[in-house]
Amino acid sequence: MTTAPADITSSYRPVAPPAEQETPGVVTVIEPKSGWAALDLREVWHYKDLLFTLASRDVKLRYRQTALGAVWVVLQPLIAAGIFSFVFGKVAKLPSDGVPYILFAYAGLLGWNAFNNTLTKASTCLVSNAQLVSKVYFPRLVLPLSTLGGTLIDFGVAFAVMAALMVFYRIVPHAGLLLLPVWLLLILLLAVGVGLFAAALTVSYRDIQYVLPVLTQFVLYASPVAYAVSAVPIGLRPFFFLNPLSGVLDAFRWSLLGTGSLNVGAVGYSALFGMVAFVCGAFAFRRMERRFADVI
Amino acid sequence: MSSKDIAISVRGLSKAYTIAHNAAKHTTAAEALVHRLRNPLQHPPAKETFWALKDVSFDIRRGDVLGIVGRNGAGKSTLLKILSRITEPTNGRALLHGRVASLLEVGTGFHPELTGRENIEMNGAILGMTRREILKYFDSIVEFAGVERFLDTPVKRYSSGMYVRLAFAVAAHLNPEILIVDEVLAVGDSEFQKKCLGKMGDVARQGRTVLFVSHQMPSVKALCSRVIQMSGGTVLRDGEPGSVVDQYLTDGSGDLLPERLWCREDQPGDAHLRLRALRVVDTAGEIRGTYSSSQAMIVEMEFDIAQPSSALCVGFDLINRNGVTVFRSNHNDGGERDWPALTVGRNTLKCVIPPGLLNFGKHFIAPKIGLHATAWVVNGEPEISFDVDLDHSDSPFWSVSDPNKFPGAVAPCLEWQVVGSKGAWKIGHPPNLS
Repeated sequence: MTTAPADITSSYRPVAPPAEQETPGVVTVIEPKSGWAALDLREVWHYKDLLFTLASRDVKLRYRQTALGAVWVVLQPLIAAGIFSFVFGKVAKLPSDGVPYILFAYAGLLGWNAFNNTLTKASTCLVSNAQLVSKVYFPRLVLPLSTLGGTLIDFGVAFAVMAALMVFYRIVPHAGLLLLPVWLLLILLLAVGVGLFAAALTVSYRDIQYVLPVLTQFVLYASPVAYAVSAVPIGLRPFFFLNPLSGVLDAFRWSLLGTGSLNVGAVGYSALFGMVAFVCGAFAFRRMERRFADVI
Repeated sequence: MSSKDIAISVRGLSKAYTIAHNAAKHTTAAEALVHRLRNPLQHPPAKETFWALKDVSFDIRRGDVLGIVGRNGAGKSTLLKILSRITEPTNGRALLHGRVASLLEVGTGFHPELTGRENIEMNGAILGMTRREILKYFDSIVEFAGVERFLDTPVKRYSSGMYVRLAFAVAAHLNPEILIVDEVLAVGDSEFQKKCLGKMGDVARQGRTVLFVSHQMPSVKALCSRVIQMSGGTVLRDGEPGSVVDQYLTDGSGDLLPERLWCREDQPGDAHLRLRALRVVDTAGEIRGTYSSSQAMIVEMEFDIAQPSSALCVGFDLINRNGVTVFRSNHNDGGERDWPALTVGRNTLKCVIPPGLLNFGKHFIAPKIGLHATAWVVNGEPEISFDVDLDHSDSPFWSVSDPNKFPGAVAPCLEWQVVGSKGAWKIGHPPNLS
């Protein structure tokens, strides 16, 4: 046994077996690796059944033994929108670009929650599934990606309520609505990118779990969610748009309600930032994942 | 050996873990930072490299059932974790030819809130089954586990037995070419264990390769075609199951004597009790290496009680050459009136093993002292050993046959009678048949 079989792959990924059953064609090579690794999304795809099962588990589990169940998905942003419209609309009397403040705040929260929920769930998924990580092999990227399932369903439900609110307030959608999926994609790219990085760091340093909520709270008030871009002093706007979420969240609300105008520069910056964050986060995750099982 | 017959080939596999000493291990970034600030000069914190696996090499042929035995910390689980791709080796290389499934724990990914049905789907997906495979085997899994009636009940309401059965049932329906199994059969009742062993035997007969870690020597002997004994991260022995298991059991215990005395510093025990001595003597109080099975053997346990407790159970396990626990005995197994009274300070208890009970061969005694149903005080490994010569029967057949072949964990001579006969049947005096 010194001659190596012909179809050895250099990665962990099993190769599809050839037609004849006599010689098992799948060869797994196990050896130490160092440095950066390829993302290997093909193997992630190979584990798609696991990905979907994990996602459906999260959805099923979330509202077991709750009286109101899925109603919470709607109630949470509605209550938050109510608070925002009272504090910012009634007390501070900020402008809402001509739409009812509650609708305005709810539209902002719709985009914000997509970001925040994805980031929060992705960043804690490794630690909350420590048992899986230390006892079973699967491409580790499956875990953070599976959290997207629950987020998307929440988004869908909250979006349906948005549609109902728009009918109630007689807001006619404009052509910009067609761009909404693009903004959602950009928001998710950014959230998953940061989430992957945070998830990998949380394995070694649980601090991230505590730091992240504080940071996101800060970013929430630094983004156009509870207030309009038009309420930000002109002189501060360049700094305001340094926040990669500002451009895309503003565009998100523009698509829904037609408030303000599409700031192409700011959205382009958000898009670039989101893509870079995703790629960096994914590669950093792949690089750190080798130690997960040993450290977690 | 041609490469075609090889299922797993391991070359120079090593795994190092870094152990940080005293306050040098930080789990929060703040701790790490504070430590750095407080000790600016002590640059690299005191670290030590621990090799859990050292230069391990072997080949496994297709269809082999390889047992891996060894004491805790010998590197068995690390080896399985590397071969399952959960963790990476530090050095070396392994090739696995064929689809691999590994089962390092029963019920990984089981969630108490999910129903039996949902957990089957979940666990199957985690173990690498496709949705189609899970659907195909679903009924068979449910039947194997025997949980039909509770399929839609959350598993948190299952008894622990049902839980384990369901978990193993899913794993038993994996269809890999290479199956890696860690000590998972140690759970469940004995009937279910038998069922699991049977299932693993089937897997092996279908020409699949199995890697199997176990502490249960009888199952290793029954299932495996080859056994590797690991020790200190290396392969110590490799060969026939019978010989490796026998050597493993006698090693370390090979130098066990019929008496063990502990000096003050390393007396096993805790604040309640400390064990001072353990020995086997004959009826005359003589310590021997070999006892005749026709004579009583007396196990003596000497210990100091510092803190009395009514829950204290002092006992031992008697283990035979195959690693089978022949019995456990505690000082309070009998009715409460018969319990020997323990006092604060020095106690010596003796337990008489009656003549005509034990089978031939080497026996080991592991002290087992605990607070009933609460905690172990001494949960010992075998500490002393002695040999037994089988000679307690007057039967002429016993004296002519090889006394070292009598099967069974014990060898009592029981009473036999003809049903409905008026008297016992005596050799040479057949009953009148007319």
